[in-house]
Amino acid sequence: MKGFAPIVVVVALLAAVPLIVHSNVVLNFLVVALMIALAGQGWNILGGYGGQYSFGHAAFFGTGAYVTSILQVRYGVNAWAGFAIGVAAGALVGAIIGALTFRSGLRGSYFALVTLAFAEVLRILASVAPITGAGVGTLIKLDLRAQAFQFQSRAVFYWVILALVALSLVIAKLIERSRFGAWLIAVRENEDAAQALGVDAATVKSAAMVISGAITAAAGCFYAQYFLFVDAGIAYGTWISIEALLTPIIGGVGTVFGPLIGALVVKALGEGAQLVTGDAPGLDLVIYGAVLVVVIWFAPRGLIGGLAQVRQWLTRRPTLEAGHG
Amino acid sequence: MLSPAILIPAILNGLLTGAVYALVALGLTLVYGVLHIINFAHGALLTAAMFAAFFAYQFGIDPYLAIFLLAPAFFAVGYALQRFIIGPASHGDDRNMLLVTLGVAVVIENALLYAFRADTRTIDVPYAFQSIDFGVTFLAVPRLIGFAAVFVVALALWLIMSFTDTGRAIRAVAKEKLGAELAGIDVAHVYAVTFGLGTACVAIAACLLIPSYYVNPSAGNAFVLVAFTIVVLGGMGSVPGALIGGLVIGVVESLSSLFLGDSLGQVGIFLIFIVVLLVRPSGLFGARA
Repeated sequence: MKGFAPIVVVVALLAAVPLIVHSNVVLNFLVVALMIALAGQGWNILGGYGGQYSFGHAAFFGTGAYVTSILQVRYGVNAWAGFAIGVAAGALVGAIIGALTFRSGLRGSYFALVTLAFAEVLRILASVAPITGAGVGTLIKLDLRAQAFQFQSRAVFYWVILALVALSLVIAKLIERSRFGAWLIAVRENEDAAQALGVDAATVKSAAMVISGAITAAAGCFYAQYFLFVDAGIAYGTWISIEALLTPIIGGVGTVFGPLIGALVVKALGEGAQLVTGDAPGLDLVIYGAVLVVVIWFAPRGLIGGLAQVRQWLTRRPTLEAGHG
Repeated sequence: MLSPAILIPAILNGLLTGAVYALVALGLTLVYGVLHIINFAHGALLTAAMFAAFFAYQFGIDPYLAIFLLAPAFFAVGYALQRFIIGPASHGDDRNMLLVTLGVAVVIENALLYAFRADTRTIDVPYAFQSIDFGVTFLAVPRLIGFAAVFVVALALWLIMSFTDTGRAIRAVAKEKLGAELAGIDVAHVYAVTFGLGTACVAIAACLLIPSYYVNPSAGNAFVLVAFTIVVLGGMGSVPGALIGGLVIGVVESLSSLFLGDSLGQVGIFLIFIVVLLVRPSGLFGARA
């Protein structure tokens, strides 16, 4: 199919990395970056294509992480089944928040606020509820077998998360080309106009939120399997809400590859900062916050948009460009 | 359990806490009323102001005197933040503005974490544990002062908004930005002044809080969700709404932690938040959206 070639090429190139690089440090870096790319792709479906900026995607990430680990630890459910149920739970949370907010017509600031509040309350509940292990957290037993979704080798973990990211890229591309995607973008550009043309904005946004929730929850499920530990601050903490929105915004909001590019850049920045300053709490987030402001300031369409602008500027004379502001 | 001997002190203490909540919410609602965006940096600015009040005390400045120092200082901080960072960075787009305030919040909060670590700090003012006997209950002096100060600040704000040229300009921009611009009002300046006033409110709240509260790099967050709820309850942009909403939420929190335990007190607040959003998103005093 046309249009999917770039995805195939990028994924194939990334898949070859463990064959060449054997360093666990590098692979670990890439696994975490891909996990954030996945969480960011979830945000991108709703925020990038749909224009609904969520400040609380931790609600989905944490739900995925907790559901899959609690099912395994407390109910003896198989890890793969737990993973699937965790993703479904993320979709369900998306459906609930979507129904509550979009049905009552909340947009913009209000929407950001409600998502933030949902994540925050889930965090408070998870830090006191006995089922989540409250303050202690939930520890998944080490069991390095494929049927337990745990692998001896980093490379296998890497291919698993890469496969999930590849799937999310395909989903984003399919949405982009579908009628649903056109509705979603129409709602982003001008909700009232879209509504006037017969687009059921509330339903379209809710559907996007379900897909978005499922994808970000998948990242959370993967987190639990990879690190084997979840607590309220990790699962529902602001860090993941920030990273989930930061990656597509830096890479290019509302583009298929935006979250992937953004995640690699953000994680590289974070690692670089740690190398320079040692283990300093908070410094990586200071950089993320500053980068967020700088990118919006100077490259509001992210790196992909910025590159396109540079290319346009190089090939055409700037005088031919239509007046912007 | 429902004996008045427990309920009345809980309600009175709730009102005292609620007044400080109201002050934090006042800053938030002021910015929303004019710029039509939620300032997500509000909590981080509160934390920064609490640190400032803490260090002022280390230099021997009483928190209540520090108000006269920190309120103008934070007005300047807020003004500069909006004028030179948030405004230009967001290119006049509401969604960008939300993200920029979020970015600013992340930077402030984590810079504080980096500088001061996660340690919790408190100050020991000599009057911290003084209380006055009201017959039904004892009420702590610092919290009574805070309660009174909030109403002074609210009155001052009301006077500024009603009777000064700046206040008129702010109200004009809030109502009709383009019209105000055409009438010769410098909108960027008015935005920055509003942001400055909101930040000054937070600085005053910090000074009122510090004698009876602690400060650490995430101390402000505890107030933010609460302030958001108050603003939604009272109606975005409504000053009386923020005051009454603050008092109501203070009492609700006090009663729900009495019945549900401390950690779930905030969940009670959140339930109100959801119900208000679903039933009446414009709040009690806001105009219909």
